[in-house]
Amino acid sequence: MTTITQGHDAAHDHAHDSHGPARGLSRWLFTTNHKDIGTLYLLFALVMLFVGGGMALVVRAELFQPGLQFVNPEFFNQMTTMHALIMVFGMIMPAFVGFANWMIPMMIGAPDMALPRLNNWSFWILPFAGTILLSTLFMDGGGPAAGWTLYPPLVLQSGNSLAFAIFAVHLLGMSSILGAINVIVTIMNMRAPGMTLLKMPMFVWTWLITAYLLLLVMPVLAGAVTMLLTDRFFGTSFFQAAGGGDPVLFQHIFWFFGHPEVYIIILPSFGIISQIIPAFSRKPLFGYSSMVYATAGIAFLSCIVWAHHMFTVGMPLAGQMFFMMSTMLIAIPTAVKIFNWTATMWRGSLTFETPMLFAIAFLFLFSIGGFSGVMMAMAPLDFQYHDTYFIVAHFHYVLVPGALFAAIGGAYFWLPKWTGHMYDETLGKIHFWLSAVGVNLTFFPQHFLGLAGMPRRIPDYATQFADWNAVSSIGAFLFGFSQLMFVYVVVKCIRGGKQATAQVWDNPEGLEWTVPSPAPYHTFDQPPPIK
Amino acid sequence: MPFNTLKLVRKAVLASTGLLLTAALPAYAAWDLNLPRGATATSREIYDLHMLALWVCTVIGVIVFAVMIYALVKFRKSKGAVAAKFSHSTAAEVIWTILPTLVLIFLAYESAPALVRAEDTRNSEMTIRITGYQWKWQYEYVGQNVSFFSTLAQTSNETRQLGSGKDPHQVENYLLEVDRPLVVPVGTKIRYLLTSNDVNHAWWVIDLAVKRDAIPGYINEGWFMIDEPGTYRGQCAELCGKDHGFMPVVVEALPKAEFEAWLASQQAPAT
Ligand SMILES: [Cu+2]
Repeated sequence: MTTITQGHDAAHDHAHDSHGPARGLSRWLFTTNHKDIGTLYLLFALVMLFVGGGMALVVRAELFQPGLQFVNPEFFNQMTTMHALIMVFGMIMPAFVGFANWMIPMMIGAPDMALPRLNNWSFWILPFAGTILLSTLFMDGGGPAAGWTLYPPLVLQSGNSLAFAIFAVHLLGMSSILGAINVIVTIMNMRAPGMTLLKMPMFVWTWLITAYLLLLVMPVLAGAVTMLLTDRFFGTSFFQAAGGGDPVLFQHIFWFFGHPEVYIIILPSFGIISQIIPAFSRKPLFGYSSMVYATAGIAFLSCIVWAHHMFTVGMPLAGQMFFMMSTMLIAIPTAVKIFNWTATMWRGSLTFETPMLFAIAFLFLFSIGGFSGVMMAMAPLDFQYHDTYFIVAHFHYVLVPGALFAAIGGAYFWLPKWTGHMYDETLGKIHFWLSAVGVNLTFFPQHFLGLAGMPRRIPDYATQFADWNAVSSIGAFLFGFSQLMFVYVVVKCIRGGKQATAQVWDNPEGLEWTVPSPAPYHTFDQPPPIK
Repeated sequence: MPFNTLKLVRKAVLASTGLLLTAALPAYAAWDLNLPRGATATSREIYDLHMLALWVCTVIGVIVFAVMIYALVKFRKSKGAVAAKFSHSTAAEVIWTILPTLVLIFLAYESAPALVRAEDTRNSEMTIRITGYQWKWQYEYVGQNVSFFSTLAQTSNETRQLGSGKDPHQVENYLLEVDRPLVVPVGTKIRYLLTSNDVNHAWWVIDLAVKRDAIPGYINEGWFMIDEPGTYRGQCAELCGKDHGFMPVVVEALPKAEFEAWLASQQAPAT
């Protein structure tokens, strides 16, 4: 075992230990501290949750009844497109980078991220990228309206604002790549002595694998949108059939990015759930190594399944067979994970604080998204499900009560560590129950709508779809406004509350629980001893 | 053959499904829940496969959720549960890796024939060329000298305007009616060739269980054979711009003789 040097700090400069954050705005602008940057990421994601959520409510308000009541179809399409772009690139991905910043150094016993200035930059790209993206809504011709998948030739009919949208996607991708590099370098180089790879907490493992996925696919997205840019503005014909280009090529490139992207979003959620469930089961995570292998397996498979998004484009039979079967394989490591989490709770000693409630809801509701995923992997069935509300229900089940619930659960879980105060447990529980009811009311009926034949991305629909759409819209408003309660709980917790202990919960595992709450500005200047 | 047993299981599952559905459906007449069985052999095959997948998922879901709920109820700290120490079990992990694998192999095995049949356009008796436009469909009866456009019906189009003040519930087949439907004969294997003149569209009628993208520069093909005369309705299923929601597909299936008469009447003025 590696010897850990402790106490040999004769040469160590103690002045460094005590220096705290700068004052005022410059603290946040110039910070290179992983905790400050983590906070910035999380706050940015929270703001974007409401921006993207507001757009979703515009969509749901219009869909409450048949007929057009509030917006015209052009603006409706901008809302669905921007809702997805904001939620994916502006909300959920930055939220998980925020968790990575806060928790990875504390979980592996490192003093900070490996590349702190890069860290500052990768965050500060985001507000500019987000602003540019949102500003397209006010430009001539409006924001992007061809769906977040930006399929040509339709997207090439956009106005000049498309250039701004593509630039924003470039910036968001750049931020993600820089963040990913930082995560990889930190985990590979800055683990405390004795923290071998197979001792790392699951959250660190899932982020390491996610970071490699990001490095693999974000440049592919950048390439795809660059080709769109030159097709639209510089007369190339990568995707224009009239010039000899191939519109389907874009879909292949996009989904080569887009499917791993799904796992870029869900793997850190798996990581957070793998931290929460053992803590409130008072029992170690079941099947740690199979969890690691399952995560790696999912990441690998995610790179060879992309064309299951394209069963209707007219692929050769052999191609459809391959993508059907490879996609179904993903269900195996995913099922292993669900079983392992269940086994972690088995013969545990369970309590149901708010983070655990969100984690349990994740287990049930993510599984529902998994089931509909298997159904859609079956190519002949996808001929019916494709581009209907069935797929809308499916991916919202994995992204909202999946990824978003994991992020919210993680926030409740570590909030006392971050702020030094316990959040209001009663309000947290009320927030959970409102969210859980709202999310199911919103998205479960969408399965029925899709099966009954309602296509996605339409602003108005035939009258037989009216009833379930009304239910779904009511659920969406309930869910959306419930999130204001989350903001209230977070603000209240930042401002005060019962003092949190270092452990916060009942003897949870992990180095982050060995430092005081709130975590000091600098942690682990000396590497901690690892059992 | 082990798969004969599987077929039996499948039949039993489908039979019980049928019973359950006939019992449940009338109560939910206005609240559609499920895929329709449709009007073609393909659509029924896909429906059966869908019900099979749905039941497999439901059964697994009930078992897994029951185990989870049992754990949540049984192992509460408030009930005095003391945490065990175990953190792995190779046997359990091997079993719950193999079980889902078997289920998935079964589902893939059941899917493959349906996929092969859906893609088999050989021996078609008639060909229709379908072209997507923003925002209408063009139908050409290949070799028959008949061709026309099909657009959203006027009543729907007036009602769907923002602030029209008209009630969609008063419009029959709101958004699912066209000025000129695609007319086809029943009992005939019809191959369609699908392309687009501008952006991607997708031609979809749920009762025929065909959905295929219409892509500029590509000619995709598919087929359907309708059993019963009737009107079957669908919509464009690929986002194609502002009026994507307003380019329905309506297929009118006529008995063969009536279809021949209709075709002749269409050819007359065109000569
Ligand atoms: Cu269309």
